Amino acid sequence: MRLYRALLHFYPASFRAEYGEELVAVFRARRRDRTNPLSVLMLWIAGFFEILFNAIAVHWDILRQDLRYTTRTLARSPGFAITAILVVALGIGANTAAFSVTDFVLIRNLPFSQAERLVKIWQTTAGYDQMEFSPLNYRDVKRMSKSFEAIGAYTPNAVNLVGQGDPQRIYATAVTSDVIPLLGTQPLLGRVFTAADERVGAAGTVILSYPLWQTQFAGDPGVLGRKVILDDQPYIVIGVMPAHFHFPSAEVGLWTPKQFAARELEDRNDNYLEVVGRLKPGVSLEQAKAEMDVTMRQLKQQYPGENKNTGGLVISLRDELSGKSRLMLWALLGASGCVLLIACANLANLLLTRSLGRQKELAVRAALGAGRERLVRQSMTESMVLAVLGGALGILVALASVPLLSKLVPNTLPIASTPAVDFRVLIFAGMLTVVTGIVFGVLPALRASGKGDMNALREGARSGGGRKERLRATLVIAEVTISVVLLISSGLLIRALWKLQGTDPGFHAAGVLTMQTALPMPKYERTARRVEFYDRVLTEVRALPRVSSAAYITSVPMLWGGGIWPVDINGQVVERTAAHTVSMRYATPGFFSTLEIPLMLGRDISESDTVDRQFVAVVSQSFARRYWPDQNPLGRHFQLAFHDRMVVGVVGDVRVRGLEGPSEPQTYLSYQQAADGAWVFYAPRNLAVRSAGTPGSLAPAIRQIIQSADREQPISDVQTLEQIVELKTAARTVQVRVLGAFAAIAFLLAAIGIHGLLSFAVSQRNREIGVRMALGAASGDILRMVMRQGVWVALAGVLPGLALAYVAARLMQALLAGIQPGDLPTFLSAAGLCLLMTLVGSFLPALRAVRIDPMTAIRTE
Amino acid sequence: MDKRADPESLLPLPPATFHILIALADEDRHGYAIIQDVAARTNGELKLSAGTLYRSIHRILDQGLIVETSTRPAPELDDERRRYYRITPFGVAVARAEARRHAQLLKMARVRGLAPEKA
Repeated sequence: MRLYRALLHFYPASFRAEYGEELVAVFRARRRDRTNPLSVLMLWIAGFFEILFNAIAVHWDILRQDLRYTTRTLARSPGFAITAILVVALGIGANTAAFSVTDFVLIRNLPFSQAERLVKIWQTTAGYDQMEFSPLNYRDVKRMSKSFEAIGAYTPNAVNLVGQGDPQRIYATAVTSDVIPLLGTQPLLGRVFTAADERVGAAGTVILSYPLWQTQFAGDPGVLGRKVILDDQPYIVIGVMPAHFHFPSAEVGLWTPKQFAARELEDRNDNYLEVVGRLKPGVSLEQAKAEMDVTMRQLKQQYPGENKNTGGLVISLRDELSGKSRLMLWALLGASGCVLLIACANLANLLLTRSLGRQKELAVRAALGAGRERLVRQSMTESMVLAVLGGALGILVALASVPLLSKLVPNTLPIASTPAVDFRVLIFAGMLTVVTGIVFGVLPALRASGKGDMNALREGARSGGGRKERLRATLVIAEVTISVVLLISSGLLIRALWKLQGTDPGFHAAGVLTMQTALPMPKYERTARRVEFYDRVLTEVRALPRVSSAAYITSVPMLWGGGIWPVDINGQVVERTAAHTVSMRYATPGFFSTLEIPLMLGRDISESDTVDRQFVAVVSQSFARRYWPDQNPLGRHFQLAFHDRMVVGVVGDVRVRGLEGPSEPQTYLSYQQAADGAWVFYAPRNLAVRSAGTPGSLAPAIRQIIQSADREQPISDVQTLEQIVELKTAARTVQVRVLGAFAAIAFLLAAIGIHGLLSFAVSQRNREIGVRMALGAASGDILRMVMRQGVWVALAGVLPGLALAYVAARLMQALLAGIQPGDLPTFLSAAGLCLLMTLVGSFLPALRAVRIDPMTAIRTE
Repeated sequence: MDKRADPESLLPLPPATFHILIALADEDRHGYAIIQDVAARTNGELKLSAGTLYRSIHRILDQGLIVETSTRPAPELDDERRRYYRITPFGVAVARAEARRHAQLLKMARVRGLAPEKA
């Protein structure tokens, strides 16, 4: 019988208490009727299943009963129900959205088979801890390494696609034949590259991305074998990749095979290859790293000159994103967690207040025999219903807000550009909802069922004992603490954003329109042909009304951080380290005036700086200062990109790489001073136009000019220079906005919390206040009394909040762009705001307390 | 409770509930006695399990169809640990309504030759 009694624990406790003995009695009677061991066994088996099924049924019955009761009570106080549901929806929505992005970018496996074995391999050089490989070093590493199942190299580029409607500029990637197979993704149509495609001189082949296939080829399954023209060269379409394949990033539209021309295998310091590998099964990242160290050391011994400062780095492909992106997302997730905590505290408080108001009702129910377990269960059902309704609404909130967060998805990962709210995210939201319901429901539930509350039945009993009051105050204090942390965090990030946006980029972006016309090679291999194109376009553009100047350059600042080269100075020993590199750009005359980069010394590049004259360069101030401090740099010579150059001008420094962090000094070379077929990768491709009107309005006229110069020339990336600069801080801006919104929500909830706490306290102390007033207390005393309580709560919340905020700020210091984590103005304004909030929140209840009429207050009791 | 006003609102009754009401129609019984009565009337075809019985009792107590009695049967018949149940007037009304519903069904079935004519 003891076993049977144990089985009865499947039933709810209330049911067991009521009918347990009866069930045991029936079972005992039945047991007595049986003597045959087999039939006894059958009785036990039947009994077991019977208990199981009936227990579920009883639980279900009670749930239905509680649900009915909950619907009725919530319908009676719709204001409460709506508030609670909205608060939960905000909390769950914020967290689901933050989680979906964080999970997408940082947590879930990359969309490749056995993605955990995929790694990125970098060369390292003093000052650059992630540098591309040179083809020669790549070839040697590939040959010498044993840790990898396969290693492949790729290099991003862009091509002009002609013949499918308007000429298009498409992001492409040249990959060695190992790359796609090692990623493990099968093509949707056709085949992937083989060694035959890699051979120099082999017929051109191309694999299309799914989006490009859809948009440019209308998803035609007969696309295989079709000829397309990329940069004036014929290519045969051999495959289409599936929609989920993004490599190395989502913007890549097609892949071509990487062929190594003989001249690419001459210079061991010509670094432009990115390298991926797949670890052999059972080989750890650490083992691969150790082996790479050995390999690179051997290559250093073999080529002591070229590989002097060179090392190797192996990282998981998953980790191919900046520490900042990562930190930004964790901060976001942390902040959304804070919002949920505040939401829970707020709801717990609401429910507590309600349970105080319903004390009489609960006492009646307890007196009628509802056990503690039933009351807790009833109360939990109510909070669960609120949580589930709020959670469902929250998922809708998340669905709407996830696309807004897609700017936080870094473009360095091989994943789609917008996270999907999928099953995994929904599971997370569901679990969060349940936890939320339990967290904000359990405290009030336990309190509501508090023992011996029979006092509540007494007419006019004052409800809300000291313990409940303290619990409620603690919850509000926690809300204040968390909202201070959020306020300060977002305040610091706003200051950092302002600081960055206030950083002088070294040029004036306003009024400048930029666009890209990448000239295809070998069509424009001859320098003279390019010069003809640039001169014609620039002459006509400069003649347009309101245009003040126009120029071509390899790349306008902040669009491209590459083109970094080491410099040699006559008589100076130069190493290939960050201390001796510069960014190199070819430009036409007029670039500096177009961007309003100040010319400090000497002259601009001129039309007469042709290929048969002395090669010249305009350098930035920091370049001149680095090599010729306190001397006149004009007329000095240096060697860059295998040529001697003479300084003819000095201009102000610009932030080539963006507003955060330093950029290398800059050199600008004459667009005419390159031999035919040499440095074509650096051929000017960005047109920059300064005008007095709205920059965008010029675009159609400029388009026409370019089209008439070369009908097949695609125009891409039409944008203002201001947009380019803004894009550099876009992720930050999104993060600040989201965090700011979170902080505002938290702040509001905390204010509501303080207001609610004090209002309730005043209403509970109605009689006491009445008595005090009758005994001669002045209004001022009463006002002070209530306000003092509010200020106490605020202080108790603000002080730990300041400390916690400091800790949080230290954790995200990398995001603060030099703003100190203990930034006094931010801390003071946050504390001030909280004080203000307290005063506002407690003023109304205080006023109500003052207005209490002593006679009525005493009489009603 | 508003539901008590209208016996029809609880129809159709689950078979177990109807059987319990029938068992309690002539006298107050405790749980095991109800099980035995049902089994006897149906020639052992319907053996209510204890769980089903008390789950039903739990529900119809709530609905007000039966009550737990405080008056006990004659001392020599009483098993004092047992709880005894009595049908309420509302319970009687509901059972009658259910019986009427069955009778009407039977009548309809007869018209179409699906059930034997009255003996």
